[in-house]
Amino acid sequence: MAEKNIYLPYLMRVAKVTDEAPAVKTFRLEFVNPEDADNFDFNTGQFGLYSAFGEGESTFCIASSPTRKGYIECTFRAVGRVTHALAAKEEGDIIGFRGPYGNLFPIEEWRGKNLLFVAGGIALPPLRSVIWNCLDQRDGFRDITVVYGARSVADLVYKYELRDWQERADIDLAVTVDPGGETHDWKGKVGFVPPIVEQLAPRSENTIAIVCGPPIMIKHTLPLLETLGFTSDCIYTTLENRMKCGLGKCGRCNTGRSFICKDGPVYTLAQLQELPAEY
Amino acid sequence: MATTLKISAASLAALFAVLGDAGRRILGPAEVDGRIELKAVRTLAEVAGDQIQPVLSAKETAFPRVERLLSYRMAPGKVELQDYDPEVQPTVLFGLRPCEAAGFNSLDAVFNWDTRDKFFNARREQLTVVGLSCTQADDACFCTSVGGGPGSTKGSDILLTPLPEGGYLAEILTERGEALKDLAPALFQPANGEDKEAMLAKVEPSFEHQGLAAKLPGLFTSDIWAEQSLRCIGCGACAFVCPTCVCFDIQEEADTKQGQRLRCWDSCGLRQFTLHASGHNPRSAQSERWRQRIYHKFGYFAERFGGPMCVGCGKCSRACPVDMNLKEHLTQVYEV
Repeated sequence: MAEKNIYLPYLMRVAKVTDEAPAVKTFRLEFVNPEDADNFDFNTGQFGLYSAFGEGESTFCIASSPTRKGYIECTFRAVGRVTHALAAKEEGDIIGFRGPYGNLFPIEEWRGKNLLFVAGGIALPPLRSVIWNCLDQRDGFRDITVVYGARSVADLVYKYELRDWQERADIDLAVTVDPGGETHDWKGKVGFVPPIVEQLAPRSENTIAIVCGPPIMIKHTLPLLETLGFTSDCIYTTLENRMKCGLGKCGRCNTGRSFICKDGPVYTLAQLQELPAEY
Repeated sequence: MATTLKISAASLAALFAVLGDAGRRILGPAEVDGRIELKAVRTLAEVAGDQIQPVLSAKETAFPRVERLLSYRMAPGKVELQDYDPEVQPTVLFGLRPCEAAGFNSLDAVFNWDTRDKFFNARREQLTVVGLSCTQADDACFCTSVGGGPGSTKGSDILLTPLPEGGYLAEILTERGEALKDLAPALFQPANGEDKEAMLAKVEPSFEHQGLAAKLPGLFTSDIWAEQSLRCIGCGACAFVCPTCVCFDIQEEADTKQGQRLRCWDSCGLRQFTLHASGHNPRSAQSERWRQRIYHKFGYFAERFGGPMCVGCGKCSRACPVDMNLKEHLTQVYEV
């Protein structure tokens, strides 16, 4: 029997384009082939390779929740050749998607616990998938707290959802912008993410912390969480190294004994401490 | 299933004609522009005799340096994807050294663990490896340090070993080897207690690969990687000639209406290998990339697949423009 071509992407129609922040867009993608939509499933935390035909593939997380069926969403910044080509796509255009790849955030293991999400800048998308996944099964979890920061008000992504979360009684949200990044009518917090977390002093007992952001935010947030009593197996993050295959073959994302595309992208702090810092 | 037979030089020459008649392409080491490379041959006389091994490896026969993965046509609001099946041809790799033959085992592991790579497999399935034991070695060779040897049968379907009295011992090792022999069984004779070792090259082990792997976790922050790689110019030649290096890139070749997606050889020694679009590079220094090369081959790969991703062929050392010798560097690490 002929073998399957593992590099063949699904064809996806860009169903909706949302401008999130300067050079940052969210695409809602629907399967061109309805059968693919029926057979497709993924877990929160997984990623894919998105192709702009003619330019190449780029790796991003799936930013939507697996509880929302029939489509996936991705949020990306136009930085390189492929992301610029993707950013030029309009509603109705066709792109490619390979995935889902990688491991997952083990939310089934987190049932009955408090969840603390800490995100910075364009690192909210992977956590947004988890947050919606948990909100869509709200009874399964205790307190849900989100601390999200960006350089400026303009750089915040999912502003429309942040407003929604702000109004919900079942989620505590603190949104902050770096000093100088606020506008005259800004009602949120001003300050870097780590001191805001420190002010909130979330309790670590029976709590899982999910942290994703730029290296400087991670660097200052992790020691803080440890001071608050979070143990390294209760702190999760997700890595994103450069990838080509997503299948554990091309060698690019290899970090220590781990292939981020297969053994990651989700790691606990305890697992990260076992790896060389080549990410 | 291994059976040991003999074949005379005259019969081996006759076997080439039989293989040709059976539609098999034969690739063997032969002179190309003053170097020894694998090339299509029709007769045994075309095969270079007095040589260590080709500059490039045989991996290209199953994993070409550039190959198509898919193609597509584009129109506004529409993309037509076209799957691709590589053209293949039954091929005999004649006279591969045991190290190179063993290299296929590493490629098989990477391309088929977890998911199966149909491109590699389609080509690989067409290959019959007729290995040829080594009667000479040079100071780049270190097969015996990484679990191989000048007469090792790993990766060969048939292994020929020259005999002092002329002719070859012919070990038929796999079903594919058996099928090749069955094309002309009369050319083979029963063996009669010949000494396989008599003409084999002597390759003294320089280190022991399990011991080397055990050393690596404690040496990650050692200065040895910077010291060894100070002269490395990051050209990637080592990976391109390597029979086990499998790291690849995926690139696009397209105009506004159509295009194809291509897989190309790549190397962890190149700066762009891990470079993020943001400018961040997890392995920004050459010493970090050299360390990755060693750790991947002798640590991470060995842990996942049960042996080193290196066959000790020495091609990298012979190809290196700044004379880095892998055997010497590994021995130095082993002796720390």
